[in-house]
Amino acid sequence: MTDTLSNTHSASLERTKLIRAGLRRRHMSEAIFRGLGLAAIILALGFVALLFTDVFRKGIPAFTQSNLHLAVTFDPTVIDVGPAPARADFTSEAEYNAASLKWQRDVALLNWNTIIEQSMRAAAPAGYEIDTRALLTIPETDARHRVRAMFVENPALLGQTVDVDVLASANATNWIKGNINRDLSDAQQQLSPQARTLIDTFEANGTVSNGFAWSIFTNVDSRAAPASAGLLGAFVGTLWMMLIVVILAVPIGVAAAVYLEEFAPKSRLTDFIEVNINNLAAVPSIVFGLLGAAAFINYMHLPISAPIVGGLVLTLMTLPTIIIATRGALLGVSPALRQAALGMGASKTQMVFHHVLPVTFPSILTATILGVAHALGETAPLLLIGMKAFVASVPTTPFDQATALPVQIYLWQGNENRNFFEPRTAAAIMVLLAVMILLNGVAIYLRSRLEKRA
Amino acid sequence: MKTALFASAAVIALAAFGTTAAFAQSRDTIQIAGSSTVLPFASIVAEEFSAVFPEFNTPVVGSGGTGGGLKQFCEGVGDNTIDIANASRKIKDSELEACTAAGVTDVREIQFGFDGIVFASAAAGPDFALTPVQVYKAIAAKVPVDGVLVDNPYTKWSEIDASLPDQAISLAIPGTNHGTREVFQLEVIDAGAEEAGLPEGLSEEEHTAALTTFRQDVVIEISGDYTETLARLTSNPDTVGVFGLSFYDQNKDTLKVATVNGVVPSNDTVAAGEYPVSRPLFFYVKGQHIGVVPGIEEYVQFFLSEQISGAGGTLEAAGLIPQPEATTAEVLAAFEAK
Repeated sequence: MTDTLSNTHSASLERTKLIRAGLRRRHMSEAIFRGLGLAAIILALGFVALLFTDVFRKGIPAFTQSNLHLAVTFDPTVIDVGPAPARADFTSEAEYNAASLKWQRDVALLNWNTIIEQSMRAAAPAGYEIDTRALLTIPETDARHRVRAMFVENPALLGQTVDVDVLASANATNWIKGNINRDLSDAQQQLSPQARTLIDTFEANGTVSNGFAWSIFTNVDSRAAPASAGLLGAFVGTLWMMLIVVILAVPIGVAAAVYLEEFAPKSRLTDFIEVNINNLAAVPSIVFGLLGAAAFINYMHLPISAPIVGGLVLTLMTLPTIIIATRGALLGVSPALRQAALGMGASKTQMVFHHVLPVTFPSILTATILGVAHALGETAPLLLIGMKAFVASVPTTPFDQATALPVQIYLWQGNENRNFFEPRTAAAIMVLLAVMILLNGVAIYLRSRLEKRA
Repeated sequence: MKTALFASAAVIALAAFGTTAAFAQSRDTIQIAGSSTVLPFASIVAEEFSAVFPEFNTPVVGSGGTGGGLKQFCEGVGDNTIDIANASRKIKDSELEACTAAGVTDVREIQFGFDGIVFASAAAGPDFALTPVQVYKAIAAKVPVDGVLVDNPYTKWSEIDASLPDQAISLAIPGTNHGTREVFQLEVIDAGAEEAGLPEGLSEEEHTAALTTFRQDVVIEISGDYTETLARLTSNPDTVGVFGLSFYDQNKDTLKVATVNGVVPSNDTVAAGEYPVSRPLFFYVKGQHIGVVPGIEEYVQFFLSEQISGAGGTLEAAGLIPQPEATTAEVLAAFEAK
C-alpha cells in the first residue's frame, strides 16, 4: 500500500517535475518573444525619434528670420523717371495699359540698389568704411524689388523717407544665426570682414532683429533672393494635385470596387482583373511617372510641369489602394443586411446604394485620406513629368507650371548655399509632416465619428 | 445605379474637358531645362525678368543636365516641348541632327559667360596642387609606363608625385549627362594623357579607350548635382570632388580648392584665361517658338543686358564670369539677325 502510494507519489512528482521543466521552457520562450517585440518597438521608435530630433533641431531655427530696419529715402536724383501715367490722359484702356507697362519697365530699370545702398549707409555708423559690393551683401537682393514695388504702388513717395523692413541676405543670416563657423579665416568666410563687423554693429544697435519667418508660408521659391524663398507655390501646386486625386480617384475607385464586388460575375476575367489591381498597388511609383510622361505629356499633349499631369499620375497610383480598401469594406458587410434588404423587395442596386455602401463609408473615407496622404508625399513620379523645375510663381490653374511640397524639399536639398538651405530644407520637411499628421488626424476623427453614428 | 452612372459620366466629362482645355490653351510661360551649372543663373534671370516685364509670366527653369535638357529641347516643336535648353557645353552634331529630324530647325546659340571647373577637397584635409597629367594618372584604367600601357598601379596621390598628399586616391567626377564631364575630359584627361605620352601605334579605338576608361574603384560618377558630390566628400573626407567654381564659392567654409598648374581658380584667373579648366556657358533658343510663346525674345535680350550678365551685373555676384562686351554684342546680333 505504502509502496503503491509512494509509487504514485513519485510518479506524480516526476510528472510535476516534467511539467515544471516544460513550463519553464514555455515561460522562457514567451519572455524571449515579448522581449524581442519590445526591442523591435523601442528600436523603431528610436529611429523615428532620431529622425524627428534631427529634423526639428535643424528646422526650428529656420522659422525665425533676420530683418533689417532701414529708413529708405526715395531720392529723386536716383529715381529719375516721369510721372506715372494716369487713366484720364488716355482715350482707351489698351493705350493706358501699354503706357503703364512702359512706365513700370522704366521704373524697374532704375538703379534701385543705389537707394538700398544709401539707406544702408544711413543706418551704419557715420564714416564706416565699406565698399558698395560688400555693403550690398548684407540685405537680401529682393530688397530693391520691395522698395520698387512700394514706389510703383504709390509714386507720391518720391522724395520721402519711409521705414522699411527688408530681409537680411542668406549669408548675413548664416552669420547672425551661427550657421557658419565664426572662427574660420577670412578666405573661408562668405562675407567680407567689414560686412561681418557691420552686421554685428547692426545687431547691437537694433537695426537687425529676428522675427517669425512668415516668408516661408507667404512667398514662392526664389534663387535670386534665397532668404525670401518660401513654400507657397509648392503648397498650392500640391493642393491642386490633391484636388484632382480626390475628384478622380474616389468616384472611379469606389465605382470599380462596387462593380467588381457586387455586380461582376465571378469569372476568369474578373479574377484576372483582381490579381492585376493587387499587382498595380505594388508597382513602384516611379513607373507611374514614366507612364505619365509617355501617356499624358507625349501622347495627350498635356503641359509639362503642371499639376494636372501630376494629379493624374497620382490618381493612377492611388486608385488601386482605394479599390482594394473599398472591396475589403464591402466584403466585411454582414450578409444579413443584404438578405434583409433583398427580402424586403429591394433591387440589387437599391440594396448596394441604400444599405451596403453607407455602412462602408468610414472605411472608404479612411482609405481615401490615407491614399491622399501617401500621394502627398510622393516625389519620384513628379520628377519625371518635369515638376522639379524652378517655378517662381503661384499656379492659378492646374495647367500652370508648379512644383509640389516634397519636390520643393528635393530642390532645396540641392541648393548651392548649403549653410542656409540645410535648415530651410528641414523646415520644409516639418511643414510637410504637419500637413500629413493633420490629414491622418482628420482620417481618425472622421472614422470614429462616422463609426459611432453607424 | 443612377448615382454611379452619373458619377462615371461626370468623370468622363471632366477628363474630356481636361484634355480639350489643354489642347485649346497655348502655353504662355517660357519653359527652360538643362544644365545644372546654368540653372542658378537662369533662375535668377527668370525672377529678375518677371520683375522688369510684369506682362510676362516668370519663366520656369528645370534641370536634368546639359544632355537631358538638349534631349528634351530636340523632341520637337509645340506646346509640350521646352523653349530654351541651358547648356554648359556646345551642342553636339548628333544632337543637332536629332533636333532637325524632329523638326526643330531654328536653333539659336547664346553664349553668355564663363565658368571655371575646380577640384576641391574637405577643408580640414591637406592642400592639393594638381596638374592634368596627375589627375589622368590617378584615374585612368591603364597608364603608360616606359612606352607601354599597364594597369594603373597607383593607390595614393603621393605615389604619382611626391608633392601630393599621402592620401588614397578617390575622385568624384560628374556623370556623362553633365556638360562639365565633357570639359573635364577635354581639358584635364585628354590634356593629361597627351603630356603623359600615350604609346605610339594605338588604333583609334584603343586610343579612345585609353582616354575614357577610368578605374571604377577610385572614380565616383555623380549623375546628380554638386550637392551630391559634396555629400560624397562629407561621407569620405579623402575624396576629391569636381565642382563648378560658383558652387565652391558658396561653400568655401567646407571646401578647399586645389590649384591646377599652380593657378588658384578665381573669377579673375578664369576671365584672364590663366586657369586652364574653364568653359563657356550657353543656352539654346528654339527659334520656332519665338512669337508663339510670349517673351522669349525679351528674355534673351534681358539675359544678355549689361545689368544682368555684364561685368558688375547681377549674375557676376552669383558667380558667373562675364564675357567681353564685344562677344555679347556679337551673340546678340547673331540671335536677332536670324
